[in-house]
Amino acid sequence: MRRLILSLLISLAAPFVLASSAEGPKLLNANVDLSDKTGLQNGAKLFLNYCVSCHSASYMRYNRIAADLGIPEDQLKANLMFTTDKVGDPIKVAMRPEDAEQWFGINPPDLSVTARSRGADWIYSYLLSFYADPSRPTGVNNPYLPGAAMPHVLWELQGIKKAVYHTVKDEAGHESQALSHLEPGTPGKLSEVDYQKEMRDLVAFMVYLGEPAKLVRYQLGVKVLLFLSILLVAVYLMKREFWKDVH
Amino acid sequence: MNAIVRQLTGLRDWVDDRFPLMKLWNEHLAQYYAPKNFNFWYYFGVLSLVVFVIQILTGVWLVMNYKPDAAEAFASVEYIMRDVEWGWLIRYMHSTGASAFFVVVYLHMFRALIYGSYQKPRELLWILGMLLYLSLMAEAFMGYLLPWGQMSFWGAQVIISLFGAIPFVGEALSTLIRGDYVVSDITLNRFFSLHVIALPFAIAGLVVLHIIALHEVGSNNPDGVDIKKHKGPDGKPLDGIPFHPYYTVKDSVGIVVFLMLFSMVVFFAPEMGGYFLEANNFIPADPLKTPLHIAPVWYFTPFYSILRANTVNFLWLDAKLWGVVFMGLGVMVLFLLPWLDKSRVRSIRYRGKVYKTALTIFVVSFLILGYLGILPPTPGRTLVAQICTVLYFLFFLLMPIYTRLDKTLPVPDRVTH
Repeated sequence: MRRLILSLLISLAAPFVLASSAEGPKLLNANVDLSDKTGLQNGAKLFLNYCVSCHSASYMRYNRIAADLGIPEDQLKANLMFTTDKVGDPIKVAMRPEDAEQWFGINPPDLSVTARSRGADWIYSYLLSFYADPSRPTGVNNPYLPGAAMPHVLWELQGIKKAVYHTVKDEAGHESQALSHLEPGTPGKLSEVDYQKEMRDLVAFMVYLGEPAKLVRYQLGVKVLLFLSILLVAVYLMKREFWKDVH
Repeated sequence: MNAIVRQLTGLRDWVDDRFPLMKLWNEHLAQYYAPKNFNFWYYFGVLSLVVFVIQILTGVWLVMNYKPDAAEAFASVEYIMRDVEWGWLIRYMHSTGASAFFVVVYLHMFRALIYGSYQKPRELLWILGMLLYLSLMAEAFMGYLLPWGQMSFWGAQVIISLFGAIPFVGEALSTLIRGDYVVSDITLNRFFSLHVIALPFAIAGLVVLHIIALHEVGSNNPDGVDIKKHKGPDGKPLDGIPFHPYYTVKDSVGIVVFLMLFSMVVFFAPEMGGYFLEANNFIPADPLKTPLHIAPVWYFTPFYSILRANTVNFLWLDAKLWGVVFMGLGVMVLFLLPWLDKSRVRSIRYRGKVYKTALTIFVVSFLILGYLGILPPTPGRTLVAQICTVLYFLFFLLMPIYTRLDKTLPVPDRVTH
């Protein structure tokens, strides 16, 4: 319980504190819960509405998501599928890679296993930390991926944050401006706390997307270990019986 | 019932008339006498065999869906993880099995170190074991390329390019290994072939030889005494018990405990915090993007540390070449162990303080080298790695001296409990 409160406090306060370390700013704690089916469904909705316009998730099929998350197929077709009408198809984007390269300077990466390569915390931190930066072609920047080619797709939900800079001195004594923290700028449709909740759902969905087996492997693991424990008792008793005459 | 037993016995006898079935059964199981005082450290031989079987079986099923093609390999692994029935379990068992193999083999080798199992008359047994270890390293290295992630690609790139440091023939040699000027589809194909056919064959054959050699000379034990010296009137060692059923049931207990630990990793932590499956390996291989930090999987890191610890150009030779030489020597020196150890006793139980201290320093240096191999180098870490490299080699180089000087205890005549 204490850990839960602590992590809640941290996740509330953290977007405004960007403690930098050698590998970039400190990650926020995504704290995802894969047992929350409603949250995962909400995450699927966000992902398929906002992300899939540019990013593919080409190792995942639509009907697998529907089956795993308990989404009826007609609802899937009506609300979540925008690039194909075959439920067995993988999640591809309509955008051609050549176009993408021209528009964004980079072909947006496939997101199937991003939660496994970047980690849930990184995606969560990234999605929470866009800020206004007029020097960028997209008008925004992100401390977790400086110079990111991606615009702040979710700006209408979160609004756009303002960066606060402070002066730092490097070893040679040169002064420069560095990002200190982010503060609320243009407000969006959602409050900060609601936006964080939505992003937690989205990241949870991406964790599921990275490894659908995660929904079943823990339960199966418990059963396997239970079976092995019973087997252990049987095998141990057998060993004791056989070894009675060894002195 | 009786009719069935009679029929089965008949079948056995029919086979036995044409094949040495009972002879093999008796020689290797029912009448193979093993010392009765095996302890915890004697589980890891049979566990290596268990992991080998796991790797072969899961490997067979993985190959049914894996595509050894640079354009399709990464996607086919994800296909196994998602669309193949139980594919995720088969794949995690295989990826966890790779690390588990090294865990049990390192512990098996450590057992040989503490009980002097490599000493006369078991030198050849030790050499066959070392050949198994080398084949296993090659098997693991080539298997790691197959998922075709960033770490697969760049790990292979770095290790193969090491051969380039060898004077005159180096560049040609690394091109020969890759089959190309960079790691490519061709490399993937040949590594696949070696990983699923040649090396498993070699390992299986060496396992058979290892076991034949073991059963010829007999098992060592924690006391390091020869149980064949004291035989009963029936000609059987007094301190020996038939492998079957005594050790088959005892090993079964060990196998179940091992499977429990194995399952904990497979089901609850298959990435093992990035040590068994690295995060960067979930990014498809990209020959144009070098990752900031390339580290081999944990089981190679001690030798990788030795490689990186060589930072001085010396005797007209490049530091990189010295690194390769010492990394190779670091593995090869183990072959000489039976001839470096001049002690009159086998087991650590009867060795003196000197050997115990030397072994402790060796193990600690090996672990530190392994830990440092995971991290990116800093000047401080390199210094520590250099010290540990020297200690690692001193363990072997000074062994003929300190094992002679060591004050050993008298070895009992019979095994103790």
